[in-house]
Amino acid sequence: MATLTYRDALNQALREEMQRDPNVFLMGEEVGVYQGAYKVSRGLLEEFGPTRVVDTPIAELGFAGIGVGAAMAGLRPVIEFMTWNFAVLALDQIVNSAAKILYESGGQVPIPIVFRGPNGAALQLAAQHSQAWESWLSHIPGLKVVAPATPADAKGLLKAAIRDNNPVIVLEGEMLYNLKGEVPEGEHLVPIGQAEIKRAGSDVTFVCHSKTVAIALKAADQLAEHEGGGASAEVLDLRTLRPLDEAAILASVARTHRAVVVEEGWPQAGIGAQVVDVIQRDAFDELDAPVLRVTQADVPMPYNKQLERLAKPSPERVVAAARRVLYLD
Amino acid sequence: MATATARPTKPSTQTELEQRLLRQMLSIRRFEEKAAEAYALGKIGGFCHLYIGQEAVAVGSLAALREDDYVISSYREHGQALARGVPATAVMAELFGKATGCSKGKGGSMHLFDASRHFLGGHGIVGGHIPLAAGIGFAIRYKGGDQVCICYFGEAAVNIGAFHEALNMASVYKLPVIFCCENNRYGMGTAFERVAAVTDVVEHACSYDMAAETVNGMDVLAVLEATRRAVERARGDGGSHPTLLEVRTYRYMGHSMSDPLHGVYRTKEEVEEQRKRDPITQLAHKLKDEGVLDDTGLEALDAAARAEAEEAVRFADQSPDPDPAELESHVLAD
Repeated sequence: MATLTYRDALNQALREEMQRDPNVFLMGEEVGVYQGAYKVSRGLLEEFGPTRVVDTPIAELGFAGIGVGAAMAGLRPVIEFMTWNFAVLALDQIVNSAAKILYESGGQVPIPIVFRGPNGAALQLAAQHSQAWESWLSHIPGLKVVAPATPADAKGLLKAAIRDNNPVIVLEGEMLYNLKGEVPEGEHLVPIGQAEIKRAGSDVTFVCHSKTVAIALKAADQLAEHEGGGASAEVLDLRTLRPLDEAAILASVARTHRAVVVEEGWPQAGIGAQVVDVIQRDAFDELDAPVLRVTQADVPMPYNKQLERLAKPSPERVVAAARRVLYLD
Repeated sequence: MATATARPTKPSTQTELEQRLLRQMLSIRRFEEKAAEAYALGKIGGFCHLYIGQEAVAVGSLAALREDDYVISSYREHGQALARGVPATAVMAELFGKATGCSKGKGGSMHLFDASRHFLGGHGIVGGHIPLAAGIGFAIRYKGGDQVCICYFGEAAVNIGAFHEALNMASVYKLPVIFCCENNRYGMGTAFERVAAVTDVVEHACSYDMAAETVNGMDVLAVLEATRRAVERARGDGGSHPTLLEVRTYRYMGHSMSDPLHGVYRTKEEVEEQRKRDPITQLAHKLKDEGVLDDTGLEALDAAARAEAEEAVRFADQSPDPDPAELESHVLAD
């Protein structure tokens, strides 16, 4: 298996799917001549030409709508948002058009479209450029939402998203693009809706996705080696946020009887709130402690480096939560 | 049932065409009157935006299109659906929320769809569907087709960002789209000149280097001719060029069925004055003046239109509600 960055894994997925299906095209700001704001689309303009790699004006609502319209007429658009922060301008097209047209047409008009781009905070980009939108997006029936944490999952989930006959939101991460990992060559598809255990453990489950998978893995190491007595954490990467793999969450909690949910978003009505609901509803009797959540602080992201660090979820905060549910502290 | 709004076949003469246009406008008028009655009886729920007064826009413009062209509209789209050939029975059943409706009872008045006729909605957010039209045009060009997409919206949508983003991109990408603004002068209860710095919608085309025309929307033949010119630009061999049509029309009824007939934002006299320009009366007079149609002939056309609307109501009344199991179908495609 080749070792690729997350960025190149996404690039490979796009290239392979565009080679496979002439109806797949990429549209967004700077995807062509500039080669992608984060270089995810590097080389695609040269290979596929300007009809299939389409630069747009800075008009998120407009080009998201063009994507949905093109899907209505039989194409399979991949719409890149430079970041999901800007995609908020396009929410009308994502929520009111892409997610609803199949239903309100009584099943006549499917919308096979991918909306993708980096989500959540990077470093010191301040409040408007550092937001995690997954709880907003996964609230909407008619959408699927995936958030890969590794290069292999990035490739496999993007390929699956492009082949899906529904609108699929692909949440990437600016801080993930340089992450390296082994990526299967060619036909590598990760089914939408399947979580994966990234590290097996027995005492507590860390439920996480996207960038918080790395945080949870680090926290699991720290927890195992903790001077106050080690404990074994299982790291469950949700990978897909809608549809949520409830069976995987319940199976893990049934083994560990304790859980901490880690996410980049704000606490109110977050992904973690949904996971906690699943656990209390269907695994109430399995629990040996209340489920805790680690989220971004309930504030707009500050610019200052120290304040930003305090605002973000961290391995230390996950370990502290784990020790509380284990009644070690 | 037979419908007078069946798919257009090429009329052999201009007078046949004009009679067909008259019949289509009558069909829409009588359909909408029946819809108003059914709404008053509680058989139609939610929002219901009638097209009475604006019939010439849908009928004239769609007569210029081919069957494989695409149509997309706002929530005031009963008229376009009927003129496109969606059976009146299926449209009325949709208004009634029935399983036999053109969107299986899931869309209602604002979300009429008939993919087999390339009628792609029925969209409820003002201006939100204008970029979709550009996307349909993009797909046509991408696949190398020579179809066009016509997009209907009211003048109030011109104040929305989506209108400007879509027109800019349609022009930059040279998309075969006809942006048909039905200027009926009021966005709900707000006169356009109270909220628009530029009140000639057609002027906006200058910002996007786009062809444009102002059209008398009470004259079905003028609408037809202007749309034909726009279609020609869109289908052209040398590349597609979008057009902005500002079709000046008028709605006689309130914004929706929950809105009074003329309200406090316009006078009864104004509505009455506009009715004198009625597109159906005008065309009927023309055909009578030319000796093409006499009173008996006109009455026969109208009787057929009324019968068709009554049949649509009967069909909708007798149709079943969707099965409860339909609640969760069509959220996602397979």
